[in-house]
Amino acid sequence: MMKGGWFKVYAIGYLLFLYAPIIILPMFAFNDATVIAFPLSGFSTRWFSAMLEEPTLRIAVKNSLFIAVTSSVLATTLGIFAARASTRYRFPMKTGLMGLIMLPLVLPEIIVAVSLLVVLLGLGVNLSLWTVILGHVLICTPFTIAILSSAFQSLDQSLEEAAYDLGESAASTFRLIILPLVMPGIISSLLISFTISLDEFIIAFFLAGTEPTLPVYIFSQFRFPAAVPVIMALGTVLVCLSILLLTIAEYFRRRGIAKSGGKDTGGFL
Amino acid sequence: MSAGQRWRNWRQTEAANGLLMVSPTVIYAILMLAAPLGTILLYSFLTDGYLQIIREFTIANYVEAWTNELYRTVMIRSLGVSMTVTLVTVLLAFPIAYFVSFHVEASKKSMWLFLITIPFWTSYLIRVFLWKVILGYNGVVNSSLLGIGVIDQPLDFILYNVNSVVITLAHAYAPFAILPIFVALEKIDRSLLEAGQDLGETKFRTFLRVTLPLAMPGVIASVLIVFIPTIGDYVTPQLVGGPEGRMVANLIQLQYLKLDNYPLGSAIAVSAMAIVTLVSVIFVGLNRRYLKGPK
Repeated sequence: MMKGGWFKVYAIGYLLFLYAPIIILPMFAFNDATVIAFPLSGFSTRWFSAMLEEPTLRIAVKNSLFIAVTSSVLATTLGIFAARASTRYRFPMKTGLMGLIMLPLVLPEIIVAVSLLVVLLGLGVNLSLWTVILGHVLICTPFTIAILSSAFQSLDQSLEEAAYDLGESAASTFRLIILPLVMPGIISSLLISFTISLDEFIIAFFLAGTEPTLPVYIFSQFRFPAAVPVIMALGTVLVCLSILLLTIAEYFRRRGIAKSGGKDTGGFL
Repeated sequence: MSAGQRWRNWRQTEAANGLLMVSPTVIYAILMLAAPLGTILLYSFLTDGYLQIIREFTIANYVEAWTNELYRTVMIRSLGVSMTVTLVTVLLAFPIAYFVSFHVEASKKSMWLFLITIPFWTSYLIRVFLWKVILGYNGVVNSSLLGIGVIDQPLDFILYNVNSVVITLAHAYAPFAILPIFVALEKIDRSLLEAGQDLGETKFRTFLRVTLPLAMPGVIASVLIVFIPTIGDYVTPQLVGGPEGRMVANLIQLQYLKLDNYPLGSAIAVSAMAIVTLVSVIFVGLNRRYLKGPK
């Protein structure tokens, strides 16, 4: 198609701009030099082996995994309630209440971080991994609702009514009919929240106290030029991991839409 | 009818079911979001004592936040950076959204959107750091330009200032800008465009008079979704901004974590949010006519 020609050139240029940092990342991860600059000096995997021997990194990964798993489960649970309520029922103050829940989507994270910090310190709560989880659940929930709403929206209500007619209770209908149909949406929402939480820096920076999380560790290492190549290696691993997770999430999201016969509007957001 | 009976009746209504179901999420949002935001607002009117907060009403924090030369400069700069980033991001994003919506086959649209969103999900910190590598003195841009002989000396105006902050943020928020515009474009009834051309309009005129107005709700959503969070970005100005690229989030962090002045930090945060809200409301107001749904 010729009329799309210039658009296609632009689109490819744009994708190059989007992918520029990710293309450069592995170059320095496998580069045999301490300085992050061109020209490259030679192939080496020593930064990857150095990465495996970093004790603080190991703690940071463990902390981040704990936070990400817990946050994604809690956020998805809260997301199920809100997405189900907003797609199935009309209720008073719906716009206002849903607006409040979705607010963290646009609110700068630093505002979420400092406001939670002030309240937690005011209440005398000690900063720990759990205080980070409180913040992460808050910012992940809007994303889970966005994903789960499209899953719930494409549900056929007559299936549910048929179950009631056949004598099932509300709880067993949810477990036997609704849950299996929205399962792909739930998995996709878990994976997306996991990815967001794993990568979140500001809230963890303010609320983690002395415990390092992965992004907080990465940020602290940027101050030491000698530590940067290891971070590039770590980044390469993280990029591969998140592409893998996203591909799985995308697979389940599409399967969910296909399962309930909906139309794919594309994208996670 | 007794109170218990009335409660049971109400319990059967759709409103009650909906409210009950949404309540766990709403309660969480009230406790963890609304209440903390209220607390920040309250703190911004209190007096800072050494290592404690004195419960005495004052507007001194706001006077300080708005009249201190340093704070005012940073605030104006943040607003400027945010607006520039929004403009650049949305202008660059529109053709992409248009391309995917109008020129890509239906079966490949999801794949394109997936490609566009992937970079957004990879470690934000590392992406920002890599922009430092790209724009730096020995960076990718300078080495390539030197290599092909366009310049004799490395360019130094592209790192550690406002320019590098704008470039990095425009990169970070690209998918946020593309998706709402794409969704709006997808909703446009294609027969309207044919009608426009059948009535003798050129393609370009059809675009201006049919496509663009119908895509405006998406453009407005993109503007807001980029503009509001960018003003509070901490990492980008911190890593690539240098001293003259600091933004309001760096100031807030300084007040809270380094100087322990919660009231002033709160006043700066509240002021920044108030300005952002005001600008957003004015922007939406100016574009009111595009937001009315079809009758």
